Formats: sequence, C-alpha cells, structure tokens
Amino acid sequence: MNFQTCFVAIRHNSTKKGNHFRTAKVILIIMYAIYKKELKNYFINMTGYIFIAFMLAITGIFTTIINLMSSYPTFETVLSNITIVFLLIVPILTMRSIAEERHSKTDQLLYSLPVSVTQIVLAKYLAMFTVFLIPTAIIATYPLILSIFGTVYFGTAYSSVLGFTLLGGTLLAVGMFMSALTESQVIAAVSSFGVIFAMYLMSTIASLVPSGAMASLVCFIIVLAIFALIIYNLTKNATVAGITGAAGAFVLAGIYFIDSSVYDGLFATVLRWLSVFDRFSSFTNGLFDLTSVVYYLSLIVLFVFLTVQSVEKRRWS
Amino acid sequence: MIEVKNLTKRYGDNLAVSDLSFTVEKGKIYGFLGPNGAGKSTTMNIITGCLAATSGTVVINGHDIFEEPVEAKKCIGYLPELPPLYMDMTPREYLQFVAQAKGIERDQREYQINYAMEKTQITGVQDRLIKNLSKGYKQRVGIAQAMLGSPEVIILDEPTVGLDPIQIIEIRDLIKSLAEEHTVILSSHILSEVSAVCNYVMIIAHGRLIASDTIENLSTYLVGSNVLHMTVRGDLGRIRMAINALAEKAKTIRYEENTEEKTDTYNIDIETDRTVDLRELSFRTFVDENCVILKMFTEAIGLEDVFLKLTTEDDEDYREELAEAELDARENAFAPDAPADEDSDDSEGGDDDDDSSDDDYKPMFS
Repeated sequence: MNFQTCFVAIRHNSTKKGNHFRTAKVILIIMYAIYKKELKNYFINMTGYIFIAFMLAITGIFTTIINLMSSYPTFETVLSNITIVFLLIVPILTMRSIAEERHSKTDQLLYSLPVSVTQIVLAKYLAMFTVFLIPTAIIATYPLILSIFGTVYFGTAYSSVLGFTLLGGTLLAVGMFMSALTESQVIAAVSSFGVIFAMYLMSTIASLVPSGAMASLVCFIIVLAIFALIIYNLTKNATVAGITGAAGAFVLAGIYFIDSSVYDGLFATVLRWLSVFDRFSSFTNGLFDLTSVVYYLSLIVLFVFLTVQSVEKRRWS
Repeated sequence: MIEVKNLTKRYGDNLAVSDLSFTVEKGKIYGFLGPNGAGKSTTMNIITGCLAATSGTVVINGHDIFEEPVEAKKCIGYLPELPPLYMDMTPREYLQFVAQAKGIERDQREYQINYAMEKTQITGVQDRLIKNLSKGYKQRVGIAQAMLGSPEVIILDEPTVGLDPIQIIEIRDLIKSLAEEHTVILSSHILSEVSAVCNYVMIIAHGRLIASDTIENLSTYLVGSNVLHMTVRGDLGRIRMAINALAEKAKTIRYEENTEEKTDTYNIDIETDRTVDLRELSFRTFVDENCVILKMFTEAIGLEDVFLKLTTEDDEDYREELAEAELDARENAFAPDAPADEDSDDSEGGDDDDDSSDDDYKPMFS
C-alpha cells in the first residue's frame, strides 16, 4: 500500500514537473542516509563487533576441528554444523532494529521524512544484512586458505556459502519482524530466539506429528484457532475473528469430507516446508537447488512485507 | 498553507480528535492550547504524517498528507514531544544524518547544518554526545533538526516542557526568531506561554476546537470579569436583602456559610464586569442592612482561569460560557472594536448553536 502511494507520488511528480529521476534520486539518498546511520549504529554500540566476533570465533573453532584436526576435506560440513549459532547471533543483531526506535520515539523522525515506511524498513534490513555479510565474506576466504593444504571442492563450498548467506538473510528478516512487534528489545530478542528455535526443530517436530488424515485435520484446526485468536488480538473485533475461524474450519472440514486422503501426512509436509534450516542441507549435500534460492528470497520478501505492515498498523491503530 | 478539515481520530472507542477543522496561514506563530490529553499531540502527529487519521483531510501546500505524503512531508519540519534524538551521536553527526535523510542536496547540507546550529546556538556543543547534553540543549538540537531543509512550516510539540525558566525564555526567543522565515505551530498546555509567543491561538479540549482567534481578541472577549470576595457577618435574611440590592450590578453572586468563623458569617463572591467597581456600594449596602464586612478583596479573572474553565467543564457548559463571554465582550467593546469581534464570531466555525444561544441570552443583559 505504501509502495503504491510512493509510486503515485512519483508519477504525480513526473507528469506535473517532469522530475521523475530527481524524486527517485532523492529517495535513494534518503534510504542511503538511513542505511548509513543504521550501519554506524551497529558499530557505535558494540553489537556489530560482538556479532562478527562471535560468528568468526565459532566458525574458526569448527574449521579447526573439522578441517584441520580431523583433515576433513569439505568446508560445507563446517557451515552445516554452525547453523545453530544463528539461534544466538540473529537476535543480537535484530532485537534493536525497530523496537529501539519505537522505544526512544526516534521512529517519529523517520516517519516524518519524505519516504515511505517500506523504504525505511528496506534500508534498515539492508544495513543488518551488510553487518551479516562482513563475517560471511571473511568466512568465504576459508576454502581458499584450506586449498593451500589440499583439495577443496569449491563448487559445493561456495554454493554452501551462498545458501548460508540466504539462510542468514531469512532469519534476519524473521528477527526484524519480531522486533517490529514490540517496544522492548528483550522481548524482541527472546521471541526471535523462540521462533528461530522452533524453525530449527521444525523437521524433528514434523517427524513426531501423527500422519493420519484425521490427526492432520485436527492440527490444522488448532492452528486455525490460534490464527483466529491472533486476529482477535490485533483487531479486537470478535465478529471478524469468529467469521474467519468458522469459515476456515468449514473449508477444512469440507475438504476432509470430499477427499480425506488429501490430509494424509499433510500437516507434517507443511511443517517440513516451513523448516528453513532443512533447506540449507540440500546446499551442503552438494546440491545447488534453485527452488531453495527462490524459497529463501520469497521468505525474506514475506517477512520484510510483514514488518512494513506491522509498522503501518501502529500508525493506523 | 495548511488546511485541516473534519479531522477525526479514534483509538478504539476513545475519540482523541473529533471533527477538527482549521487553516494555517503563512508567516504567523500558531499556538495549540489545551490541557493534557486534549488531542494536541495526536493532531500534530497526523499533520506531520506520523499517524493516520480515522477520517478527514490534511492538505499542506496543496498536497494531501495521506495521498501525497512524500511531497507534503517536504514542507514540514517536526519536533515531537520527545525530541527524536540518537543519544550515541554528536549534534553534528545527528544533523548530518537528518540533512541527508531529508534529501537535501549535498552542496547545501553543510551550509544548512551550520546555519541551524548557529540559529539554535548549539555550535559550541556540536562535538559532544547528545546523551551528555542538558535538556535545554537537547531541545535545541531537536529544533535545529526541524529547521533543516528549510521547511515552510515548523511544528513543535510542547517545546518548553521540562526546561528551567531561563531555558524556557531562550527557547521562546528562538521560536520567535524562527517565525521570521517559517510558519510555526506549537502546542502547549500553559496559557502564558502561548500568549507570550503566538499571534494566534487555538484552544482544544476533548479533541474539539473550542476557540480560535488572535490573542488580542481572545483576551477581550474572554477576560471581562472581576470577582469581589467578601466575608460578612450578620443576619442571613438581611444579607440576602443586601445581595438582592447588589444583584442588578453583578453578573453572578454566590454566598455560603463560613465554617471557620463563628455563626452568622458568610462568604460572598460577586462577579462583575471589569469596568464595574462594587466595593463602595457593597460597603454602604451591607452597613445599611446592619451587617459587618470582615474582609474584602477583588480579584481579576485572568485568561488562565477562563481557559481552565473552558477546558474542564462539559461541552455544553463551556459553549454557553463562551457565548456569554463573547456577548459581554461585544457589549463592553469600544465602538471601533465591535466589527472585529463580529468577524471573529463568524470565523469561529460558523456554529449555528452558538449564534442562536447568543440571541437567547441577549434580552437578559440589555
């Protein structure tokens, strides 16, 4: 919606004054200003250094153990082993991004700038992603260093680095969304830890879920009930939440009665689809899967979009 | 310049701003006056695009803030109630960020930053961390931020709250000097501040605009009363007689038993027009009725009292009050002033109820 208003403004400008490019340029300047400020901020208050140090330390330890001491030739094994550090380091980076601005009321300055919320959020996300790229770029030199001592499969190593970057980017977007939901950095950190932890365990959870059609249906209905509760919580409107819940339950039950075989193991499949960490294993197994790339990118877009919506929602409520 | 029409903002069932309409013209200092929670900050947040409205429109220089936010926001510099400062930056770094974030051309930035710092007198502290600055300096950095990009309108939300008296005077002078180049809108819950700084006042209570006029006009039609406080000892019946004798010269008379003194002592408050002095007459009247005046003093009802009255009473009450006050002012006004008052009444939002109630009251006073 905001993109659209911005677009309208640009179009309006271009038809009226013919300075389409100037407006676009100004918007880029403003986004760059926010990006620069965010990036600087990470290195003024230590979080950036802590993040980079922690990530490099963990990677270093694992590289030493796996590649150097055990003489294991594949660097992707290191990456697949260190994904668990995302549980700790992603919240460090994301917790303050939106929550802190709201807490100190500096967000009002950003909203009064001549840019849309989408552009502000994008600039913030890119700054966060840049901080993440710094240690990743350093890590990316490890296969080169290792190649001095033996043969390294660069193809799988670097496709894993790409997968690792995408996985990190996705989790950063998730963390940013969590930060947009609250004013408190602590709550933002804890909730993004919780969500990422759930994502980490998702494939295990999926294997525990009963695979019968009826069980799947019940699980879906529970999820639907939670969803309806969230709607009620956001809108404080019992009718809307009730209608959504009832309609959803009706559709779910309807499908069950038409063809119950659809539900066989469906819930587990859906859970597995949500398991972002599992997707990464295809990269480390030496499989460059374009659908996984698309999968990560679309999740990033989704969570950036959700962040924009939750920020916008605060302005409308 | 700024045109606000039928602005309404609801938080759930709570009506924060209700059907607010006003226009702001170039080159004046406007004051939003109202008690805490009257809807001042909400209105300002909506005008600056930080908050969406439930209904109504805000048009700034021909750009609707909801439809063309980018263009509209360029015309506005905003200092929210809490200055949006990044505590880990120095004022210079902060202003550099804001200058860039407002999309100011690169070659103009340094000049504008230096100019804003000079004007707000923060050049001396430009390299200290903002978190170490005093509240007055933080406020100045906030104002400098609002000045960047030379917006046509600068909106300041409670700019002097929490400052010491000297800082308040300095900030007020700064605001006055801003008015040379910008239109300024500021909000306050302190009447003396608004009357010291602004040319034009809008009084808001319960999210509604209840008065909107120049300071001069407001003071003539709102301030017209003296109150004579007396403590009188005597028989109640005789005091009543005396009060009846005084009644035709007074606007209102109230009396109650004085509980601190001995029996047969009463406190009497007589409200009169400012031009009427009842002290001598009261003395003679009470003496005639064989009562003793123990204490007597007069008090002028200030703009502050009227403002308090206006903003704390219920809607209907203060509308009547206002109508009465206006009517008094009209009757007391000198001949040349009368037409000006007439005009201000019309610009009051054309409330038909007000006018008709005026007419109802007229016979009582003439």
